This record gives sequence, C-alpha cells and structure tokens, in this order.
Amino acid sequence: MKKYKADVVVIGAGAGGLAAALEVKKAKLDVLIVERAKELGGITLQCIHNGFGLKEFEEELTGPEYIQRFINQVIDLKIPYLLDSMVIEITKEKKVYAVNNNEGLIEVEAKAVVLAMGCRERTRGAINIPGFRPAGIFTAGQAQRFVNIEGYLPGSTYVILGSGDIGMIMARRLTWEGCKVKAVVEILPYVSGLLRNQVQCLEDYDIPLITNYTVTKIHGKERIKGVTISKVDRNFDRIIGSDKFIECDTLLLSVGLIPENELTLQAGAELSDNGGPIIDENLETTIEGIFACGNVLQVHDLVDMVTNEAKRAGLNAVEYINGRYGKELKKKDIIKCIPGENVNYIKPDIINKRDLSEEIIFTFRVRYPDRRVQIQFKDENNNVIYKKKKIYVIPSEMIELNLNLEETKIDPTCKSITVEVIPRPEVLIEEE
Amino acid sequence: MSESSASVVKVIRCIVCPTGCQIQAISKGSDIVFEGYTCKRGLEYAEQEYYEPKRILTTTIRVENGFLPLLPVRTDKPILKEKLDEALSEIAKTVVSAPIVMGDILIENILGLESNVIASRNLTQK
Ligand SMILES: Cc1cc2nc3c(=O)[nH]c(=O)nc-3n(C[C@H](O)[C@H](O)[C@H](O)COP(=O)(O)OP(=O)(O)OC[C@H]3O[C@@H](n4cnc5c(N)ncnc54)[C@H](O)[C@@H]3O)c2cc1C
Ligand code: SF4
Repeated sequence: MKKYKADVVVIGAGAGGLAAALEVKKAKLDVLIVERAKELGGITLQCIHNGFGLKEFEEELTGPEYIQRFINQVIDLKIPYLLDSMVIEITKEKKVYAVNNNEGLIEVEAKAVVLAMGCRERTRGAINIPGFRPAGIFTAGQAQRFVNIEGYLPGSTYVILGSGDIGMIMARRLTWEGCKVKAVVEILPYVSGLLRNQVQCLEDYDIPLITNYTVTKIHGKERIKGVTISKVDRNFDRIIGSDKFIECDTLLLSVGLIPENELTLQAGAELSDNGGPIIDENLETTIEGIFACGNVLQVHDLVDMVTNEAKRAGLNAVEYINGRYGKELKKKDIIKCIPGENVNYIKPDIINKRDLSEEIIFTFRVRYPDRRVQIQFKDENNNVIYKKKKIYVIPSEMIELNLNLEETKIDPTCKSITVEVIPRPEVLIEEE
Repeated sequence: MSESSASVVKVIRCIVCPTGCQIQAISKGSDIVFEGYTCKRGLEYAEQEYYEPKRILTTTIRVENGFLPLLPVRTDKPILKEKLDEALSEIAKTVVSAPIVMGDILIENILGLESNVIASRNLTQK
C-alpha cells in the first residue's frame, strides 16, 4: 500500500477544500488534497451560470471562473493533490484511506483532517411517487452535469419537481438548448430558491411555476410519457379532483441538497439534525483535529460563504497543530446552541467556554419565510441575551451573524442558548 | 389612480434585494413613471429593465481536442435580452480548439453587440 504523510489532509477539492488547503499552505504546513474526481474544482465546475464571487471578489463570476482562481493558486503554490482518489475511510487517529485508479489502496497519515466532501442531491421522498420507474428521471444536478460538462441532453420535454435554485437554473439552461420546460412544480406555497432565479430563469421565459402542487403519478413504462400533478392541502395531502396531466419525457428533481457524511459518521463523529457533523465555534467536529467546512457541514447558497468558512477551517487546523496537537486536554466546558422557533438548524452546535471572549460566527436557516422579525438568543432561563431586527427571512437564504457572547448579558455558567426568529413584538420603522 | 390616462404598462419584480418589490411602469401621457420601489437602487433597476433589459449570457461551446468536449463560456458584458437567442445560435455554430486559458476571447464582438464571448475556465488538450 502506498503511503503519504502530511500535516493536514483535505478531503474534497471543491471551493471548500481548495480554500482550506491554501490557508494551511500559507501557514507553511504540509497539506495534501484528496479528490475522487478527475480534476480539481468540485460542483462549481458544472455551475456555468453567473452569480458567484460578489462577496469574495466583488465581481460577478461564473462557477468555473470562480474556482479557476483558486485552482491557479493551488498550482502556483505547488500544493500536492491526488485525483481519481476516492476516500473510503477516515479514522480517529487521522489516517485516511483512499482508492486510486493507478495506485490501488493508499494511506495518508495526518495530524489534522479537513472534511470538504460537499453535498448530494435529495431524491428520497420525492421519488416516492406511484407508477413504474421508467427512464427519464434525473436530479437537476445530474442533468446539469450532462448538459454542461458531458454535452448531451437528457430529454426534450421536461417537468421539474421542486423550485430549488438548481432546478430553476436548469429550466433556463434547457430552454436555451431548445428544450421545452412545461412547468416547475412546487409543493410549498412559495419558491424555495432565490427570487433572482425565479425572475431570470422562469419568468423571463414564461415557464409556469405551479405552487401548492406536487407530482402524484409518473406515466410510461420504458420511458416517461408524462406526469400527473395534484394540488395539496396544508398537510401536503392530495386534494381530490385537482389532478392535471402534463406530457413530458423527462422529470427533473430539484428538491434540496443534504450534506454527504457517511465517512464522517464512520470516523465516529456525531452528526446533527441538518445532516452535517456537530461542530464547535472552530469548525471542529466531535473528534479532535477533524474539521469540517462547505456543504459537508451545511448546505450553502453562496460559494463565497463556503470560501470564508473553509479559510477558517484551514486556519483552525493550523492552530490545532501548532497548539493543542498531541496534548492531553481537560474535559470541554461547553454551551449548546439549540434551534428554537422558526430556526431549522444552527451552527456551531456547541461553543467552548474558553472562546467566549472571541467573536463567534453563527449561521442558520429559518423554516419558513417571514417579514418584520426579531432574531433573538435566549439563555436556558429564557432571558433574552441578544436581539436583532430583520425585515425579511426566507429558508433559501442562510443568515450569518457575528457575535461576541461575552459582550451580551450571558451568564457564564449557562449550559445552553436557544436561537429564535419571532415576529417583532412592536412594528417599528423599517431598518435592517 | 386619479389621472384617467394612466395605465400600468409593465410590472417589474425588483431582484436587487430579497424584499422583491413589485415595481409598476405606468404610462402617464407621454411619460413613463415608476411606482412601488422602496429605494433608489430599485428605481435604477426598474428603469434598466424597462428601457433596455440586458443579461450576461452563460453557455457552453464545443471544443476540439480538449480534455472535455465542452467549454463553459460567457459574454464579458451584458447583452440585450432580445438578442440572447441569436447569440446562442451563433455560439452553437462555433467550435474552438484546446488548449484554452480562462478569459481567452473566443468570439469577438458577437453580433456587433460590443461584447466578447470569453472562456470561463482553462482547458488542456486531450
Ligand atoms: C448545483 C449547484 C448550483 C449552485 N449555484 C450557485 C450559484 O449560482 N452561486 C453561488 O454562489 N453558489 C452556488 N452554489 C453553491 C456553491 O457553489 C457550493 O455551495 C460550493 O461550491 C460548495 O463547495 P464545497 O467545496 O463544499 O463542495 P463541492 O464543490 O461539492 O466539493 C466537494 C468535493 O469533494 C469531493 N468528494 C466527495 N466525496 C469524496 C470522497 N469520498 N473522496 C474524495 N473526494 C470526495 C467531490 O468530488 C467534490 O469535488 C451551487 C451549488 C450547487 C450544488
Ligand atoms: S426596490 Fe429597493 S427595497 Fe425593493 S426590492 Fe428593490 S432594492 Fe430591495
């Protein structure tokens, strides 16, 4: 078995992995990137539309352009990487095993690990539709890969289930390629992707967006011939008599993304309800020296935020190696962060009390859209220790909040805080 | 509306921020006025969208001899929305050959729209 050694091993070479590796290298430690695909870049390579980089570069770039800038730096700094190498196991001792096409099984021994494996597309639930399993059902991301990288069209007439961003972007892309997108069908009363995509990808091309509807039947044996869509009530139950048939040869699913964490779980790290690993304010998982960033931690809508998070993960791995590595540490004294009313999940999941005096970056998503809200942090005795007004919240936009907890009225003996997004008690003049 | 001659000629949804104001372009006599925006950026957006909607075009172009069969490309400036289709057919007719470096101009001044089609990434040879 071929063996490698590095201070930090980074798993995945997407926006997250590359940014993390660059930070480690700049801190003069050895880093190795392990990637299962044939090239560096990750998911952004197939996102050929623009909308990337407004925060990081203050320019509007396409996905490939955004990531090329990082790939160029990785090459300039001569950071070593292994392609075609699928990681199959990570151990607590920070040994990473991968299978490589040429070298067979390989082992990487490291002092710290950065997880940056990205996410996968949700299919469960959505695929729970009666009918045969004819050809012609793809996830929106698969279709994106076919059209933008491999160069073929998965079909000619489409229905897209779910109004996530990838689905809407693909609706425009397929229209441009001469295909007909009959409808985007969304079970919720509102669009789940960004407004910008709703306007520029659907409304610009008169593609109908049908909310409160879902696909209830797939027609066709060998290949899809069409789908039946039905209106749903508040409990998502089908309303009898609302069925409509739409002819199509392809159904795309754009029903959300979930972090990809089989490896993380196997390594013995604990996961939280959002599907990502439980992490502290340093992006460290419940296994010392294993850090996580990017979509493997939480699904991001903006690549710029992935880059930022990944830089922090890289820096924290460096700090770990230069400080705590190999030392016996006393048991962690922590505060738990709990998602409360209209909060889907919150990162970090736990905060070490030793870091209370530092600014902590909180990221979270709401469960449903709301206007004129107040974001508030409460301690376990229901005392509000921090609050902030916001005009508008929506599940598709992650909220980021930087907060120094010591500057709030937090009781240092407290064991947990709850984060809530509630309607504003009084209506004030609008301010952000 | 008090003036009898006023009528909404177009509804524009502002996408500059997530508030998503509905902005109406209203014709009053020979003028067009905008209503429904809550900030200046919204007005600017609505004016642009009403008089001269433009988009950056992002698509792929066929490549000969490349590590991949397709190369992602975009226009380096926004082009008129009504010209997108024509620009797409023009790009579909073109084949480029590897190696290519990000930013390389592949079609100069496409359709005379004062915008170039440029490569979105590097692409090595097969
Ligand atoms: C389809 C889509 C469209 C998007 N559109 C936009 C947009 O318009 N604007 C924007 O700002 N953001 C957009 N995003 C969000 C943003 O691009 C992503 O959040 C970001 O690129 C994710 O980076 P990442 O490094 O976490 O994951 P990825 O880029 O997915 O990278 C993960 C990498 O890990 C590798 N990997 C996984 N498992 C293993 C393993 N076991 N062994 C080795 N390697 C492994 C994968 O091959 C992959 O290369 C989009 C995301 C998606 C999915
Ligand atoms: S008009 Fe102003 S507030 Fe309204 S959506 Fe546009 S940018 Fe936002």
